[in-house]
Amino acid sequence: MPIHIARRLIDSASRIILGKDHALRLALACVLARGHLLIEDIPGVGKTTLAHVLARLLGLQFQRIQFTSDMLPADIVGVSIYDQRDGAFRFHPGPVFAQLVLADEINRATPKAQSALLEAMEERQISAEGQTWPLPQPFFVIATQNPTEQIGTFPLPESQLDRFLMRLSLGYPDRAAERALLAGEDRRDLIAHLPAELAPGELDALFAAARAIHAGPRLLDYIQALLAESREGAAFSLGMSPRAGLGLLAAARAWALLAGRDHVLPEDVQAVLPAVAGHRLRAADDAPQPPEALARRLIEAVPLP
Amino acid sequence: MSLRPDQIGWLLATATITLIPHFGHLPPLLAGIAAVLVGWRALIATGGRRLPHRHVLSALAVGIIIAVLAEYRHFFGKDPGVALLAGLLGLKLLETRQIRDGRSVVLLSIFLLLTQYLYQQDMAIAALSLLGAHGAVASLLALQSRVSASPRTRALEAGRLLVQALPLMLVLFILFPRVQGPLWGLPADAFNRVGGLSDTMAPGDLARLGESSAIAFRVDFQGEPPPAAERYWRGPVLTRFDGHTWRAGLLQLADQPSYQPQGAAYSYAITLEPHNQLWLLALDFPAVTAGTRISNDFQLLAREPVQGRRRIELVSYPHTPVGRDETQLVLRQALDLPPRANPRSVELGRQLRARAASPAHIPDLAIEHFRRSGLRYTLEPLPLGRDDVDSFLFDTRQGFCEHFSAAFVVVMRAAGVPARVVTGYQGGEINPVDGTLVVRQSDAHAWAEVWLAGRGWVRVDPTAASAPQRIENGLAAALPDSARLPLLVRADLAWLHGLRDRLDALNNRWNQWVLGYNPARQRALLSGLGFGDPDWQTIAALLAGGCAIVMGALTLWALRQRSPADAIDRSWRRFCRQLASVGLPRNSWEGPLDYARRLARERPDLAGTINAIAADYASLRYGPGEADPDRLKRFHQSTRNFRPR
Repeated sequence: MPIHIARRLIDSASRIILGKDHALRLALACVLARGHLLIEDIPGVGKTTLAHVLARLLGLQFQRIQFTSDMLPADIVGVSIYDQRDGAFRFHPGPVFAQLVLADEINRATPKAQSALLEAMEERQISAEGQTWPLPQPFFVIATQNPTEQIGTFPLPESQLDRFLMRLSLGYPDRAAERALLAGEDRRDLIAHLPAELAPGELDALFAAARAIHAGPRLLDYIQALLAESREGAAFSLGMSPRAGLGLLAAARAWALLAGRDHVLPEDVQAVLPAVAGHRLRAADDAPQPPEALARRLIEAVPLP
Repeated sequence: MSLRPDQIGWLLATATITLIPHFGHLPPLLAGIAAVLVGWRALIATGGRRLPHRHVLSALAVGIIIAVLAEYRHFFGKDPGVALLAGLLGLKLLETRQIRDGRSVVLLSIFLLLTQYLYQQDMAIAALSLLGAHGAVASLLALQSRVSASPRTRALEAGRLLVQALPLMLVLFILFPRVQGPLWGLPADAFNRVGGLSDTMAPGDLARLGESSAIAFRVDFQGEPPPAAERYWRGPVLTRFDGHTWRAGLLQLADQPSYQPQGAAYSYAITLEPHNQLWLLALDFPAVTAGTRISNDFQLLAREPVQGRRRIELVSYPHTPVGRDETQLVLRQALDLPPRANPRSVELGRQLRARAASPAHIPDLAIEHFRRSGLRYTLEPLPLGRDDVDSFLFDTRQGFCEHFSAAFVVVMRAAGVPARVVTGYQGGEINPVDGTLVVRQSDAHAWAEVWLAGRGWVRVDPTAASAPQRIENGLAAALPDSARLPLLVRADLAWLHGLRDRLDALNNRWNQWVLGYNPARQRALLSGLGFGDPDWQTIAALLAGGCAIVMGALTLWALRQRSPADAIDRSWRRFCRQLASVGLPRNSWEGPLDYARRLARERPDLAGTINAIAADYASLRYGPGEADPDRLKRFHQSTRNFRPR
């Protein structure tokens, strides 16, 4: 049963990442909706750990790319090297050839290097030297971005942000979680000993189950009303794209799956909305606002149909 | 918020449809200005150029005002007003940046649409203004909506709204209090384009009318219409003659005719096109009906000029003897000839009198003489000499009906027989589509009337002597070459005739039922519906009631559309109302489960029921497939029984 699998995944993950159930659930929903995830937070709150845990639990092949300012696209996608024995160029796949890629501190790299990764995310294949190589399936990118560092960084522009299904921030753990963290074992050891929860094929079954969650006409009405309000409402100067609308529905389905329901409720949409819409909306007054506040404004402007 | 391309597009389309019918009467200069301004705005819209500067617009406004002044010399009245508005519509488009400006354009367009009816009220104008109204509604929708839609979608949307307004339109049409005649207070220039017969006749007047295929009036007969040769529609009777022009004699008006109608009768309803004159046209000799009077020369007259299309029900008795005891004054007038004019005709009259056995034979002798002298009937007579009648009778020998009748009357008077010219229409064509007799301006005719002792006034048509075809079969049959005849009167274009007949039948229905819906018909319709003879209070009450019923029906229909048999929502709303009444209202955006969670915190005592109801609602409303009947029943029951305190 997909629901039991999902529950098991959350239980296991929350044993390592303490006090972050909601973010964990969202991250999992993001993966089940087959979307890429952007985690924006200060260093040391467990971004990398989260990516590790997800890869481990889902049994995905994992690669980490640490982005730096001197990075070249070839450092990500790979490079063709002349092979003297064959007398021909041979393509050496880069670190992006993995099922789950952690793009750490993506905003440190130049836009050129960033776009190499972003293209891979969109196309799910790599084109180099006039040839294309498909990326492994499934393919996820979890990118992290440090919002406080501004000097010498290249924050992703809106057009690139739209490619991430969700943007999350983890934030500090609360008191109890922090205490448990301090008192507990080393997280790295825990991850190392974490067994893969999913048997081969079970992830595909989960994807299929998420896609099969029912979204009735009323629910689609509601999503359309949200999209329309984000585009036309006086509160927003930049609305949600059709891709964002599709992502919202997919994320809401995954969320409903994690909640053990076979249909999507407006509550599911509202639950994923801050993560899905937060990085896509811009307030009309242009004051920087936390994504939750922006999403709240949108939600409260749209009555349920 | 600036305008989107679709909004500008609708505004331009509406303005264009509005202006097109006005181009028919606007002076070329102003029509050109309006067209250029609209075209300029369209260029700006498509080319992404900037709107002209305020100073340019001010200069243009001054230019338009000067152009109107140059055309009309003043601003008063209908024509300059409409011309000014047409120019300003183009100007307003050029400064349309905001939604508010767009609304002004729509209002201006609607006003200009209405002014079209000051010029014409036919079906084409009605169709065009309907199209314009549709454009205006679509423009308002586009202005209102925050997203652009395809023109098709918008057009359908606007069409739906117009269809919904249809019942209201009907109620207003039928019940809105009618006023007699055209719009009150309409400026005098409203009727100056009306053609037709006049109250004087000089050679060439009627021949000019012969070239016009405009409709003079239509007649619906109850029963068989009279044969073509008997269709003489009496108009102005002309007695006084100054040697060139015929004028009406002294008229005495009465509410009842001097004759006693007798013999066979024709009942008919005549629908007269407006001609801005008092006379009505009738077959000889009508009984007087409400709103009409009759003169001592048997003309049926209205009480005020016919400025709108007018329908009159009449009964005529063609065999009534009239004027057997005519007054000496009238007879003296009918014998009067200008001295020294037309000496040869006067001489002819004297000869005829000498030859005749009795005065009663004189007309026959004259007709005989006319026939033998080879007079030719033509629309293009040669120019006449100083004495019109003499040169027609003895020199050119060709003329139109006014020549024939004038010559005959002059000869009669010279022979001592009182005579006068009668103008009007003769003939008309039965439209095979709806059986209406259509009489056109080209059917205008002049004939004569002589007074014979013991018989009174007797009609004599000298034209019939020379061109019997004219009387039997109409103008086209009587004229050898029909080149100068209007296209629609020519005999050889049968297919065109068929088309014209059909169009005309349609027009007639329009005139009868839409334009001819006057106070009398309104009263008749309402009393037919059982409201007796309604006064204006009754009509006002009916109007208010009718509007209320239509609005109510539309509202009900709209409400039904919104919730198609949605019992689930009704029960849920009831549940929410119950909770709102105990101070726990649902936020409009709150989903059922979230609401239940919040309620459970506030009222742990109700948590069980509330959770069950909310879960049922969520699953019934958003779940897949058909609703589970048991669950549905449980849900309805528990919401009905839910009474929080």
